[in-house]
Amino acid sequence: MSSRNAILASLRAAQRKPTTLPDVPMFDAGLPPALDKFKGTLAQMGGIWAEMPADTDIDALIRARYPDAKVICSAVPEVAGTRRIEEVRDPHELNDVDVGIVRPRFAVAETGSIWLSETQFQVNALGYLSQHLVALLDPADIVGNLHHAYHRSEFFAADYAVLMSGPSATADIEGVLIHGAQGIRSLTVIPAPRVRAFE
Amino acid sequence: MKRVDHVKASREFLADEKHVEFHDKRLWTLRTLRDQAAHGIEEWEELRSLASGIKEHTLTHLAGYLEEFERNATKNGVIVHWAKNAEEHNRIVHEILESRRAKTLVKSKSMLTEECEMREYLEARGITVVESDLGERIQQLDHERPAHVVVPAVHKLASDVSRVFSKTLGTDPANSDVHYLAEAQRDATRPLILNAEAGMTGCNFAVAETGGITVCTNEGNADLSANVPPLHIASIGIEKLIPKLEHLGVFIRMLSRNALGAPITQYTSHFRGPRKGGEMHFVLVDNGRSARLAMDDFWYSLKCIRCGACMNTCPVYRRSSGLSYGGVYSGPIGAIINPTFDLKKYSALPFASTMNGSCTNVCPVKINIHEQIYKWRQIVAEQHELPFIKKEAMKVAGKVLAEPKLYRVAIKAADTAVAKLPRAFIYNPFNAWGKQREVPDAPEQTFRDWYLKNRKEK
Repeated sequence: MSSRNAILASLRAAQRKPTTLPDVPMFDAGLPPALDKFKGTLAQMGGIWAEMPADTDIDALIRARYPDAKVICSAVPEVAGTRRIEEVRDPHELNDVDVGIVRPRFAVAETGSIWLSETQFQVNALGYLSQHLVALLDPADIVGNLHHAYHRSEFFAADYAVLMSGPSATADIEGVLIHGAQGIRSLTVIPAPRVRAFE
Repeated sequence: MKRVDHVKASREFLADEKHVEFHDKRLWTLRTLRDQAAHGIEEWEELRSLASGIKEHTLTHLAGYLEEFERNATKNGVIVHWAKNAEEHNRIVHEILESRRAKTLVKSKSMLTEECEMREYLEARGITVVESDLGERIQQLDHERPAHVVVPAVHKLASDVSRVFSKTLGTDPANSDVHYLAEAQRDATRPLILNAEAGMTGCNFAVAETGGITVCTNEGNADLSANVPPLHIASIGIEKLIPKLEHLGVFIRMLSRNALGAPITQYTSHFRGPRKGGEMHFVLVDNGRSARLAMDDFWYSLKCIRCGACMNTCPVYRRSSGLSYGGVYSGPIGAIINPTFDLKKYSALPFASTMNGSCTNVCPVKINIHEQIYKWRQIVAEQHELPFIKKEAMKVAGKVLAEPKLYRVAIKAADTAVAKLPRAFIYNPFNAWGKQREVPDAPEQTFRDWYLKNRKEK
């Protein structure tokens, strides 16, 4: 017998009395205002919320925040960057990226998370090999809690999807919090409504 | 097979006060943060019931859900393998690596690969295995097992890490600055990730409905391991299944809150199919799980989601450290899981407990941990695996506790003894309760005396 069939046979032989699957409520009565909650939890997770000053554009804001950045790799139309993600063939080419720019599909207020898949990243490693990541988020794209997030249909179409909630972090040595353990050293979220006409 | 002597191993840990004090405090901090996070969620207890119910349902229909998972994963372009035991798991992984001529495997933390002793197996066959989680990497470089399921190197101080890194990564042995040490590991690991031909992750949840897996990390190291090399292998314990995507809402809300007090892990990553031009393999591993499902008293432990809360709350674990349990799993959950693999070897572990039940109270999936510990004690006693002194002491205790009069005399005598006897007598080598702890002052009167005086109608 194959290992597969042997395992399935012994599981069936264990004959545990079947129990029913409970229904999961959405737990969304009286949720706090999504944007305020998101800002709070993002900060708790070590992310940075950066409002755009009225007299500037996104390019200028990014330049001001990362004056030493040599390689800015953009996966969004709003920011030109120094390198377009469309030109990247292999994830290894992203190791020199100082700042990556992405637009999450949606965000989760409860946990301060942004949702990104291969559709948004185009090359997934952009979110991990870059030193810093900037996310352009439409405040209208924030859902209240994780139950709402896990009802989104995008999960069923994505080969890879991440709920990213702040920078790469560790407290593995004496409980001291370090940002930039392996991946990005900082995550900055900039509110920027998406252009909806073409969607 | 050598029987694990938990008491002896803990004594070694307890010999160093600085370590014990930090370890105890750090884990209690995690427990406190957990409480704050849990109390912030009004429906917390309802979530526990749901989590328990979903897991229980899945385990009672596990064969069907595994078939559904396999069907969907295959449809998504994943190659699914099945392994009856650790040996078969290791062989499958090695075959995949060999056929792709992979020499370096970069991986995120996985208790299952620890259980299979995969690193040793692959290294003996010329494959370099790189742990990318900081704590796990420290343990790998120090040739130790992870001491905790979530914080693998929690028993070490920065000075210990400095010693390990100075010998292995070439850091300055005089520098124990945590930022410096973490940065050194980042710098040393990045080229290894870039040069690896293969990446590996474990699995926190496998969703039958989507055929995908979910991996939770704070460092993003699973995402690096899976998204940089062209080949991704995931090792999956068959008990990780849940039926639907929407069920992740329940488990992800609880996992990191219960582990560290954070609303979520920094990275909650969902792998459903290979990248463009990439390759993805799932290895579904039994290794004793189907046998455990058939154990009437112990199958409940298969609900475990490895949050580590039972370890953080356990006074015995906090003062003895994970390594003293001598197995892959430590703390209360280790005390009930390890004996299912090898009862003789781990017969001491069910006794590493005060039976206070705190582990059961913090468990997010409502595993009756302390009751299972008690069950294991009965089995160990029935199979005559109790050490002589414990057995004789229990016989005497049994007699005394069965006779109210005898019990009262014994309590009175003991209280007088604690109050009157010189320290040297109480802390004599035959009294296990006087070791590494202070015996509390005896109360001025027994509860019975108080009751007779104040409450009993005269």
